[in-house]
Amino acid sequence: MQSIPLEHGLILAAMLFAIGLVGVLTRRNVVFVLMCLEIMLNACGLAFVVASARWGHADGQIMFLMILTLAAAEVAVGLGLIIQMYRKFHTVDLNVLTQMKG
Amino acid sequence: MLDLLWLLPALPLAGFLILALTGGSLPKPVVAAVGAGSVGLAFVVAALASYQFLGSGQESFQLALWNWMAAGDFSSAFSFYLDGLTVVMILVISGVGFLIHLYSTGFMIDDPSYSRFFAYMNLFVAAMLVLVLADNLVLLYLGWEGVGLCSYLLIGFWYENPANGYAARKAFVVTRVGDTSMAIGLFLLFSQLGTLNIQDLMHNAQDQWQVGSGVAVAATLLLLGGAVGKSAQLPLQTWLPDAMAGPTPISALIHAATMVTAGVYLIARTHVLFELAPGVQALVAWVGLITLLMAGFTAMTQHDIKRILAYSTISQIGYMFLGLGVGAWSAAIFHLMTHAFFKALLFLAAGTVILSLHHEHNIFKMGGMRKHLPIAFWSFVIGSAALTALPFTSGYFSKDEILLAALESGGSGTILWLGGVIGAFFTAIYSFRLVFVVFFGENHHPAKEITGFNMAAPLIVLAALALVGGFIHIPVDAVFSHGEAGHEEHHVSVFIHGLMIAIPIIGVGVAYLFFYSKTWSAEKLVASGLGANLHKFWFSGWGMDKLYQTIFVAPFITLARVNRKDIIDVLVGLLVTLTSFCNRLLVRTQTGYLRWYAASVMAGVVILMALGVLL
Repeated sequence: MQSIPLEHGLILAAMLFAIGLVGVLTRRNVVFVLMCLEIMLNACGLAFVVASARWGHADGQIMFLMILTLAAAEVAVGLGLIIQMYRKFHTVDLNVLTQMKG
Repeated sequence: MLDLLWLLPALPLAGFLILALTGGSLPKPVVAAVGAGSVGLAFVVAALASYQFLGSGQESFQLALWNWMAAGDFSSAFSFYLDGLTVVMILVISGVGFLIHLYSTGFMIDDPSYSRFFAYMNLFVAAMLVLVLADNLVLLYLGWEGVGLCSYLLIGFWYENPANGYAARKAFVVTRVGDTSMAIGLFLLFSQLGTLNIQDLMHNAQDQWQVGSGVAVAATLLLLGGAVGKSAQLPLQTWLPDAMAGPTPISALIHAATMVTAGVYLIARTHVLFELAPGVQALVAWVGLITLLMAGFTAMTQHDIKRILAYSTISQIGYMFLGLGVGAWSAAIFHLMTHAFFKALLFLAAGTVILSLHHEHNIFKMGGMRKHLPIAFWSFVIGSAALTALPFTSGYFSKDEILLAALESGGSGTILWLGGVIGAFFTAIYSFRLVFVVFFGENHHPAKEITGFNMAAPLIVLAALALVGGFIHIPVDAVFSHGEAGHEEHHVSVFIHGLMIAIPIIGVGVAYLFFYSKTWSAEKLVASGLGANLHKFWFSGWGMDKLYQTIFVAPFITLARVNRKDIIDVLVGLLVTLTSFCNRLLVRTQTGYLRWYAASVMAGVVILMALGVLL
């Protein structure tokens, strides 16, 4: 079986990460920001999996499982916060939340 | 018994602790019993210890209690040293101290702070005993500062009146000048001789220092600075007259009989050092002479009974310094002891007069007290006679010794002697001026005798001591055995003896003509131009207060006013300005836009990674 070269996997992960990052930085809708964060997390996860496949180590996969768990928790908390935010401010626009301006 | 020497300071200290910790909740008789009783017991201990010590024929006795501190080569112990000089001092301090405590139980009876008074007094006695018993200069310094503190507390005893607080601060600050000088002297001695144990110090100094060497002169000058501060000699004498703001027994105990003589004790204790610096020793004599004359003139012009006695104290300590300066160590200590008797007597008698006249201090408002206050009157006459050195009173013997030693010391000794005799003449005038003005003449105020047993007994005992104290032989021969000038046998002509007896008597006569028979008028004397100016000048204590006010106090106050905003604070303020500037810079980054924060986190990561790759 022809294995996928390491570089391909890593380039894909980097692209996904960049997409997610751009999304976080540009989107104003907090729901989209959250989704973009998920993309970034999964990009990291992909990098772990590719690397573990390349060297035949289980560590990377274990790490991915942990990232999954973490992402699930993060989404739960994040969605909760978004609901609170909507109740208080009646919007999901991040730029409205500048009360912490110094 | 000698091993129980530690009880001597411990008893009054215990009295202080009891009175201080109960905070005035004890009933007055208990306070009196604790306050006076502790000092009385201390006197018993002192007497027994002295008896045993003198009986044993030892030259000195040492009692090491515990090691106080040790650092490197330096160590200082709580240990006591007893010799003839110390015996005299502890007996005077605890004996006269007890009598004054006993007197105070009556004098202060109406005071609301009865317990506080005795607490301070007991602490004072404890500190003073530590001072004279100390076998090293560090422990001596502890007592030295302790008595200074108690003096401060007691001058300001009636602290509701701001003037008393001012007097207390003045005394504290002025003596602090001397204390600082003494502390530097101790540092110098330790750095040069490697020890502060007094006996080792004397021994090492004799071995290592040349007579008149620079370091000996410096060390003795610094010690002398401490002594003149505590003993109210020129140029640090200005605090003592103001110290009379305290209750009269305080003036008797601290500012006449004991604490102010600490400077004399210090010089006598370190006399070996002073013998190594003859120039400084001569300076001691001259300081004494000038002080005794200045204070004598001032005393003649005062009209506050306690201030007259205060200036007379300064003057008498001047005699002691004169004695020390001409090497008549034992004569100076002898005068210290007799002075303690008759000056305590005079102050206590003055206290009786003041109390019976409801705290009147002006002698010209007294008058005719002889019939109302017979005990005070006779005490005053005896005290004044001893102060004046009329023949066969205690003061006669001690002052004679000093003056004859001065005369025989050669060099400028004749001038010192002459000055001392002139001083004795003025002593006679001002003491008997006091007697004639206060106790004779017309009675302006009705006064009733208020002397109870506890107030009369100390007066009677002290009067007896002032009369016959001159026959006591003080056991200091072994202490000053070497280099004692003018000791015992004086070879002077009958004329000189006659002169020294006649001068005080003439002085009394002059006082009689001025203030009793009014043949001569003192008012006329001070009415004219020169007389008025001199009177004003002397009355102000030779303008010393004004001088210090101009030289030190006023510039200091001006400086404080200029510096109200604190120049040092500007430097500290710079730091504040810098920090708040940085703060304002950083605040700009806190926009509140979450995405900006994310972007800066990202940028930071990129920069760090770039650095990691590049370096």
